[in-house]
Amino acid sequence: MPLSKYVRSTGLAGAAAPLLSACEGPQSALDPAGSAAALIARLWWPTLFVAALVTLLVLTLLAVAVLRARRKQAALPLNARQSRNLMIAGGILLPLAATIPFALSSFSIGRVIEAPVPDDAMTVEVIGKQWWWEVHYLDETGERIATTANEIHVPVGEPVRFLLKSDNVIHSFWVPNLKGKTDMMPGRTNVTAMTADEPGVYRGQCAEYCGTQHALMAFLLVAEAPEAFDAWLEGQRRSAMEPETGAQAQGRDVFLDAGCAGCHTIRGTPADGDLGPDLTHLAGRRTLAGATVPNRIGHLGGWITDPQHVKPGSRMPPSDLTPEELKTLLDYLESLE
Amino acid sequence: MTLETPATPHDRIDSAEQATQLERTWHSPGGLLGWFTHVNQRMIGKRFIITAFIFFLLAGILGILIRLQLAGPEQQFIGPELYNQFFTMHGTVMMFFFAIPVMEGFAIYFVPLMVGTRDMAFPRLNAFGYYVYLIGGIVLFGSLLLSMAPNAGWFNYVPLSSKLYSPGYGVDVWTTMITFIEVSALTAAVELIVTTLRMRAPGMSLNRMPLFVWAALVMSFMIVFAMPAVIVSSTLLILDRLVDTQFFIVEGGGEPLLWQHLFWYFGHPEVYIILVPALGMISTIIITFTRRPIYGYTALVLSVVAIGFVSFGLWVHHMFTTGLPQLGMSFFTAASVTIAIPSGVQIFCWIASLWGARIRFATPMLWVLGFFAIFVIGGLTGVMVASIPFDTQVHDTFFLVAHFHYVLIGGAVFPLIGATYYWWPKITGRMMSETAGKWSFWLAFIGFNVTFFPMHQLGLEGMPRRIYTYVEEMGWGDLNLLATIGSLVLATGFGVTLINAIWSVLRGRRAEPNPWGAPTLEWAADSPPASYNFRHIPVVESRWPLWDWEQAGERAVVTGLRHDRREVVLTSVLDAKPVGVQVLPAPTIWPFVSAVAASMGFIGIIFHPIFFVIAFFLVAFTLVAWFWPRRPWRDD
Repeated sequence: MPLSKYVRSTGLAGAAAPLLSACEGPQSALDPAGSAAALIARLWWPTLFVAALVTLLVLTLLAVAVLRARRKQAALPLNARQSRNLMIAGGILLPLAATIPFALSSFSIGRVIEAPVPDDAMTVEVIGKQWWWEVHYLDETGERIATTANEIHVPVGEPVRFLLKSDNVIHSFWVPNLKGKTDMMPGRTNVTAMTADEPGVYRGQCAEYCGTQHALMAFLLVAEAPEAFDAWLEGQRRSAMEPETGAQAQGRDVFLDAGCAGCHTIRGTPADGDLGPDLTHLAGRRTLAGATVPNRIGHLGGWITDPQHVKPGSRMPPSDLTPEELKTLLDYLESLE
Repeated sequence: MTLETPATPHDRIDSAEQATQLERTWHSPGGLLGWFTHVNQRMIGKRFIITAFIFFLLAGILGILIRLQLAGPEQQFIGPELYNQFFTMHGTVMMFFFAIPVMEGFAIYFVPLMVGTRDMAFPRLNAFGYYVYLIGGIVLFGSLLLSMAPNAGWFNYVPLSSKLYSPGYGVDVWTTMITFIEVSALTAAVELIVTTLRMRAPGMSLNRMPLFVWAALVMSFMIVFAMPAVIVSSTLLILDRLVDTQFFIVEGGGEPLLWQHLFWYFGHPEVYIILVPALGMISTIIITFTRRPIYGYTALVLSVVAIGFVSFGLWVHHMFTTGLPQLGMSFFTAASVTIAIPSGVQIFCWIASLWGARIRFATPMLWVLGFFAIFVIGGLTGVMVASIPFDTQVHDTFFLVAHFHYVLIGGAVFPLIGATYYWWPKITGRMMSETAGKWSFWLAFIGFNVTFFPMHQLGLEGMPRRIYTYVEEMGWGDLNLLATIGSLVLATGFGVTLINAIWSVLRGRRAEPNPWGAPTLEWAADSPPASYNFRHIPVVESRWPLWDWEQAGERAVVTGLRHDRREVVLTSVLDAKPVGVQVLPAPTIWPFVSAVAASMGFIGIIFHPIFFVIAFFLVAFTLVAWFWPRRPWRDD
């Protein structure tokens, strides 16, 4: 259960500022596992320090100005020259001193982050759907060699190019631990590239409001050693396992007869619907319903029976299978490693 | 027209029956039917303010409901459909139906008073603008009650807001209501510009105008230049939805990014349209409660003008993640951080003015000091998100939610509440309770920070905006709960002010004409002002006319205006030299009827195009009645 590795961060309650030290997490911009996110996090900490300093300075000046007035003896107001100097120092020089270095470092970081990746980098095509992610792995010629959903595997240490598309509304592809977000604009292909430097399971989430279930449109990004990745991709390229038991074969028939195949594809069977996620290797995935619930048999049964309970507004209709049919169907789906 | 210096004001110049006649001339008819005929700027301004605060209350309740739903992970309190309507309405109403109208309302009420005239330049247009706004707001909230409210966000991005992905009437209602607000805001803006430039009291040259009037003037020009962009975009969208044009439809060769450009070309100036008048309010309050001329009048004016100009060059910083070219976007980074300079100049001018002054810590001053603490933080996070790489991480997350609530609540609502306490005695003739005011401030200040400060961290931890729930494993629950608790405290703080206001109207101590010892002309009128504002139009010789009169013990006024019709003095644009007299129109029902006719067309078109044709002719008919010439022999 990979979600259990998610570290809970705690914010210190109270009017005092929550300390921004405990920012670890599977979806935290300040817990970088990739060079782009690391650069941005490195920009953030000094920026926060300077911002805190400026805030302190301005509020201290204000407090001094105000508190002097509370003393009984008449405090001396600033004369015109002092006022002018204060205004120029605080209103012009201070913002310039704070913002120019910030803007310049921001430009240079931007150049590094957006530097082009080598042409032979692995290419993954991600298509934003309402409300899930369709993932295609492409070969050198741009042909799709494997299709999955809501779970993207990448080899650690190698740059991966993502072609971001949408055939419906605008979504935004975002894995905070690795890099900032890039929108998926209908009618365009935006490209982003990222490298995972540390193995782990990271969570990505749609960042552009895209309708009813925008909130539960997430995915996992699994960064693993290159050998493990190659083995995984090889597995994804294959067609679905043939049923091994009678129950599984019955389950496959239920799948084909109950209308599931109208939306879902299981390669190697007649099921070739393209409205919902490809289920060829469903059992190998860690989560269901856009990284909303863990992929366990109980959750899977609940999801098939009543998707609207898990994700109200989801495009998947509830099913009216008999308990027996559901059991065999689950048997079959559980076998699709 | 002559200038006189009466030892005892008024009576040397005109008799009691002339004063009665003046009162009759400017009187607004009573009764229910009479209510719809009012055109006096104070009536209309007050309605704008009250209506806007009612919308603030309603949208604030929506905000609380949003916070309750997010208080913990996977809560079932509000479902996604309703939640999406709620956050769309919260944003739309706060921006379009509260912030802009309330600032316009204060400007409509106080600009004529502050420049020393008796009404707005176009009183009937003023009334028309209010009714359009009122009808728009009522229809929008009606749609929420009917559960067909817009649900595509206040930014209403296409293609989500296209017919295909948002069937039903919600987005149609949104688009149409935005048109209403555009019309209303534009009418207010042109009137404020003309009133400010041509109706100032003799002697009030541009460099003697109160800073709030300057701010209102800049706001009005910004409205005039920003609103057309959103008028175009909302019109194109309504055409896409109703008659199948393809402006934003990719398959038809349209371009979704066009919507974002048009919307933000308006949307970014929009937030400064809200901020700029608040800056004027802060200057006004600081002058009064330090009891001395403000330092850097010219610098403050130039800063406000600079903010107005620069704000039109920032809109792309809302679109850093859309895949636009890096180099082009870099210019918008530079422009965005530029805003820090005029803002900084303002803040340090105020600090210089406060330095060593005998400050009276009345409630309005407290809200202004609260503004400083919050606005500085909001401004700094604003500089941060101007960075493209950093913005790719925090764009559309709760960090952004925190940022703009810091600048909008801290930068606009706090000064606005301060200004409400400050001008309350002028509007109502009664004082508000200082004790309750201070309680209200501290509750709101603490509640605000507890609500929105944790959101910075939530955003950095990856919590996106506009989500109705989140899974427990994300670990966002604690900070969200904290924010929800804070929001209840914040709401209590505003609630105390509301109770204070109601109590004041019923039981408050009567206010003198100038309870705070302020220097600007609105305090020369009675509290509340008479229907003609000033029995004699004042003559101004400096920036601080009331302080001058206090020292001199006498004042100059304009004489010779007739009492039997609505006359105001017109003055030259730069030096405010008297150049003529303008007769203003009397109360009439036609602006209301016209607004109803126009609304019928705009709302009807959602259901059938024929309504547009019908309303077109109806509006033409009402305009004829509205502009029916006055019989010349009555105006001998």
